[in-house]
Amino acid sequence: METPEQIRDRLLARFPGATVTLVVNPGASGQHSLLLDPANARAIAVFLRDDPVLRLDYCSNATGVDWPEKEIVETTKVSVPDPAGGAPKIVEQKTKRIQPGYLEAVYHLYSMALKTGPVIIRLRTGNRTDQVALPSLTPVWRACEFQEREIFDLYGIVFTDHPDLRRILMWDEFKDHPMRKDYVEPDDYEWEPTAHDEVLVRAKAHAAAAAPAPVAPPPAEAPQP
Amino acid sequence: MSDTPVITRQDRDELRRQGILLTSIEEVYNWGRSRSVWPLQFGLACCAIEMIAASMARFDIARFGSEVFRPSPRQADLLIVSGTVTKKMAPQVVRLWNQMPEPKYCIAMGACAISGGPFKQGYNVLKGIDRFIPVDIYIPGCPPRPEALLHGLMELQKKMRGEKLTGPDVPRNKQPDNPCEYPVPEFGAHDLEPAKNPDIWQPPAPVRPDKP
Repeated sequence: METPEQIRDRLLARFPGATVTLVVNPGASGQHSLLLDPANARAIAVFLRDDPVLRLDYCSNATGVDWPEKEIVETTKVSVPDPAGGAPKIVEQKTKRIQPGYLEAVYHLYSMALKTGPVIIRLRTGNRTDQVALPSLTPVWRACEFQEREIFDLYGIVFTDHPDLRRILMWDEFKDHPMRKDYVEPDDYEWEPTAHDEVLVRAKAHAAAAAPAPVAPPPAEAPQP
Repeated sequence: MSDTPVITRQDRDELRRQGILLTSIEEVYNWGRSRSVWPLQFGLACCAIEMIAASMARFDIARFGSEVFRPSPRQADLLIVSGTVTKKMAPQVVRLWNQMPEPKYCIAMGACAISGGPFKQGYNVLKGIDRFIPVDIYIPGCPPRPEALLHGLMELQKKMRGEKLTGPDVPRNKQPDNPCEYPVPEFGAHDLEPAKNPDIWQPPAPVRPDKP
């Protein structure tokens, strides 16, 4: 099977306007993936499915990833000349920048015909609040239908052109997206004999919420005339 | 006339050992009822597999008169909540319970039905069906073996045989202020509404001997 780099180069040659980035997996598995831009994702997906060399006819898995906003501290070394004429000092400068958050849909593609795979493709939304639309790949691989509904349910990615985009696990009236990192669970903590770790955190939050609000002292009575 | 019956249960047992059969309507009624408990054919998760195993030849729940798993709640006496009750499923379970005719009984089978079990800290699992349904027998285990289910059924039969037909100690279904229908929770924006039925369940309070 072609390596992800070869696939990327072929895609860039076939789709000149598209952006295809190789996302390197630094782990032991080394399963690198291809980041597609949403505008060309549908056309690229059809190409990946129908290309005689790849023939990725089976989408085994579609899932979501939540990347919340992250503060990144970058350390750069700057040499400062010594005014006294000595050797220049090397000073570390720290700069902070905010990496904006986004949601990601990941597809694992295999070829049943050629017995090869997986090729992993990713799509990213603009942000986590209002630009959460991605093109649905269900018209390309029918197997994505339920899994894209699950991503919509748990992460809140809206797949355009999905044939039946409803919640699949939670009820329709549910408003949250439980797999997002900033999801706040309903405060349904109950007393446990040995609360520890995360449960202890919830126990403390519950105790703070359940404690009666401090009563304001009664206003001093007006002096009798 | 005193409230204590002239012939007690112990007297009847003693007479029976001597070959004299003396009985009461209450005893016959409870005897018949406790030996034909028809469960609802209803399973939720892996505990249901053990429930099915208990009904098959090896464990043979028919020995206790409970082999007739009814496919309709209108014909069932016993709701075996066998498995994880998700919040999405909870209203349907309560609705099934409401559709069963009195006298009816509920067995919470397995850790999930009792307390949420391994999924207790999850956002989507009910932390015990006793928040909405009055449970008679709790069977711990993950899942409980069929023997445990049979033991739970025998305990339920024991409870049924001890029930009174008249007097202040009548079971739940004969009390005049008994709610025949239990409120079905609604799907809310973040959780079930209400998240529990406070009339039948309150969260446990920590027991601190040093701080009364």
